[in-house]
Amino acid sequence: MSTHEEKAAQNYELYEEHIVPVSTYLGVFIALLCATALTTWIAFQDLGQWNVIVALLIAVCKATLVVLFFMHVKYNKGLSRITLIAAVFWLGLLITFTLADELTRHWEIYPRGWAGAILPMFHHLIF
Amino acid sequence: MSDAATVHDANPTGFAHQFEDLEQQRDAGRLGMWVFLATEILFFGGLFAAYTIYRSLHPQAFLIGSHLLEVKFGAINTVVLICSSFTMAMAIRSAQTGRKKGTIISWLILTMLLGATFLFLKFRFEWYHDYVDHIMPGFGFHNMPQWGANAPQVQMFMCFYFFMTGLHALHMIVGIGILTTLCIMAARGKFTKHYFAPLEISGLYWHFVDIVWIFLFPLLYLIRY
Repeated sequence: MSTHEEKAAQNYELYEEHIVPVSTYLGVFIALLCATALTTWIAFQDLGQWNVIVALLIAVCKATLVVLFFMHVKYNKGLSRITLIAAVFWLGLLITFTLADELTRHWEIYPRGWAGAILPMFHHLIF
Repeated sequence: MSDAATVHDANPTGFAHQFEDLEQQRDAGRLGMWVFLATEILFFGGLFAAYTIYRSLHPQAFLIGSHLLEVKFGAINTVVLICSSFTMAMAIRSAQTGRKKGTIISWLILTMLLGATFLFLKFRFEWYHDYVDHIMPGFGFHNMPQWGANAPQVQMFMCFYFFMTGLHALHMIVGIGILTTLCIMAARGKFTKHYFAPLEISGLYWHFVDIVWIFLFPLLYLIRY
């Protein structure tokens, strides 16, 4: 017990946390403000379908900056990184599979259920 | 038992005896918070998934709905939250570099003030006006003529808006509570150059709430075309 405590006390003084320089924080801060201005400006330009894609890309970039520098993920390796990747992966699964279900429900020209199974057999007779 | 307690009391630096060393203790603390944030990502994720589906089904209604919101306030609040993330990062850094507790408390109070500014703008200039204009769910919608056949889906957009920003605002309120606790801990001199885990862990939470808003802002306010 005592040796454990002594060892810990020694490690305690030796262990140095990576301290992010103020200039890095300021740089990230300014980059985030610029990205906010950019995304607001781009929203008012008519890019058709690309508006939402560009807006989301900028948001992902901003979130990445926050995660890497403000949340220290760039400096803290290991399990916390895996947890983050797992969470984002699961979010991707949630959205992808829900969309895959919802967006493929409206294909058929025939009603669902038993009629949907039987009617196509008589397609050539009807049309 | 008394022995362990004595060791702990004799060690004002916040090192818990069950860990090998301080690095392991810090990693364990961070991991716990990241696991919690993973559940938070999926908590908000359900709303984001529902939003994605209904926006893909009713793009026109979401376009009309987004024009009911003022980009001005969304953008100002984004800036306010980014500032608060910066001040939070600086609060943790001032503990890491062993600054006086006054410095830590100043950064924390600045963070709280920015968080309070966000909530004030949201409640006073956005939600209150939505309530007066009858476009707030739960208080009777007054459909506007220009909504036309999209009226039910525009109402749904406003429901998404209030549930997503509402859940976010709830997290902000909790965050301000956490920051208050941190201020008290800092004032009692709990944080040192070596022990600042509560600051770091709460910082992760605060930055997470910022990230949620980074996505909410373009998805809710910036549908212009």
